[in-house]
Amino acid sequence: MPQTITEKIIAKHCGKEEVSPGELVNIDLDVILAHEVTTPPAISALERNGIDQVFDPDKIVVTPDHFVPNKDEKTAELAKRLRDWVKKHKIKNYYEIGRHGICHTILIENGHVLPGMTVVAGDSHTCTHGVVGAFGMGIGSTELAAAIATGKSWFIVPETIKVEINGELGKGVYSKDVMLQILSKLGVDGATDKVIEYVGSTIDAMEVEDRVVLTNMAVEAGATLGIINPDKKTIKYVEQRSNKKYDLVKSDADAKFSSHKKFDVSSLEPMVAVPSLPSNGKTVSKVKDVKVDQAVVGSCTNGRIGDLREAAAVLKGNEVHKDVRMIVIPATTKIYKQALREGLLEQFIDANATVSTPTCGPCLGGHMGVLAEGERCIASTNRNFVGRMGHPKSEVYLASPATVAASAIDGKVADPRKYL
Amino acid sequence: MKGRAIVYKKNDIDTDLIIPAKYLNTDDPKELAEHAMEFLDVEFPKKVKEGDILVAGRNFGCGSSREHAIWCLTGNGVQAVIAESFARIFFRNGINYGLLPVVLEGATKKISDGDELEIDVKKGTVKNITSGKEFEIKPYPEFAMKIINAGGLMNYVKKEMNK
Repeated sequence: MPQTITEKIIAKHCGKEEVSPGELVNIDLDVILAHEVTTPPAISALERNGIDQVFDPDKIVVTPDHFVPNKDEKTAELAKRLRDWVKKHKIKNYYEIGRHGICHTILIENGHVLPGMTVVAGDSHTCTHGVVGAFGMGIGSTELAAAIATGKSWFIVPETIKVEINGELGKGVYSKDVMLQILSKLGVDGATDKVIEYVGSTIDAMEVEDRVVLTNMAVEAGATLGIINPDKKTIKYVEQRSNKKYDLVKSDADAKFSSHKKFDVSSLEPMVAVPSLPSNGKTVSKVKDVKVDQAVVGSCTNGRIGDLREAAAVLKGNEVHKDVRMIVIPATTKIYKQALREGLLEQFIDANATVSTPTCGPCLGGHMGVLAEGERCIASTNRNFVGRMGHPKSEVYLASPATVAASAIDGKVADPRKYL
Repeated sequence: MKGRAIVYKKNDIDTDLIIPAKYLNTDDPKELAEHAMEFLDVEFPKKVKEGDILVAGRNFGCGSSREHAIWCLTGNGVQAVIAESFARIFFRNGINYGLLPVVLEGATKKISDGDELEIDVKKGTVKNITSGKEFEIKPYPEFAMKIINAGGLMNYVKKEMNK
């Protein structure tokens, strides 16, 4: 029977020749990714139940990321519980502050996730890992506890939606704009319990790190996973980061999809998702002139080196508006250092933006840029829900790093193309 | 299970509305309970009573994987959430931790605030005692029923590990 890449990965991890949507499976996990918000409750759940077992310490990758460096005593306690557990179980893959970063970016950057693997984490954006052709699934803390103890996770094999994207992106238009356009068509529950498999010439032309935006925000349409069949670029990318063997699987040409959606992005304009759903995408021309108080470049969606380069290119020769706080947050320590080496951090500071150590921080209203009542932020992050970045009467607009930078210069939502 | 309905006629009630991220610094259900639904209805912790059943529209619990969204409700004594549909992770978290997620088409039309409800998982029904009408709910996958019957995932895992 023809299979999708997702079905092939699932089948291999539950000892079957093939699987079909709707089938219950219990899969073997290759990687469990852990951070300080959802893992300590999982550790507590294990302790409460008298289970002091980690299925395989070498398959667990840990970094504190949401509230780090610790923002207060309570979050310090969470990070400490995580660190103590890492030591107790001799988990080697631990990224302490100074080596840390946002967990999904860390995992990909260091080659912990490879094509054909299975990954779970207590984090909804675990769907990101489909970018290298792996199966990644977000789970809650109780389920994470079970996964840590048993190395397995149960679920019903999901159907797959094929999203085909064709056309060459214009100047100033990026993968974020493509994703906001897709979300505006699929809606926030258009892919619930399903996988989104991205194909098409636009995907082929994108670099791996730009594709991340598409797999990362698949959950914003409710998807279990966003996935892209590995190609030459994927292979080069992962082999630069790992010398481990991996299983290269791809969808069969005649694999079955529950639906097939086509997008032509050749005339796509920069997009902005207005409050309070990521599916509220509009072209920048329809939103421009909305005043902003803060502009954030960062997050597991758009905090990579390419994102920083794109924002810096817009800022070049310009300054952040006097009424705007622009905050740039490289997603990991390695990206931070690379940006330093390339002179990007100096460019940001010269333009009156501030640069933070890697953290999820303001994306979820944690710290490093929380909004007051009535304030508005344009951000390269992934969610613009009510109160997402702070006060319930503050607002978040989602956009590409370039659009965020252009808006920071103008003090209002702006089209980046005039600065390129 | 019987309980009184608290109805929010709203779709896409996301996890930030259920429990804002600033409260994710604890996993104590009692502490989280004080902030449940804070961005949607600050009165919720005062309104809610032990045994209540939350009723909402489509895509309940979308967004984050935070199980704190379950604990802040169970910490208030909420037994179940009836919605027209659920986001995937919230639904699983509910099954795993023991906050019963119930899928009922047209939930917010069939149930009004304050109605007395009876949920029968075995029969697969929700009875609105106040209106006298009974409705069929979406059946659970077999494995989910095993977890519900075991009293949550950890109990189920313990049993399996001891086999």
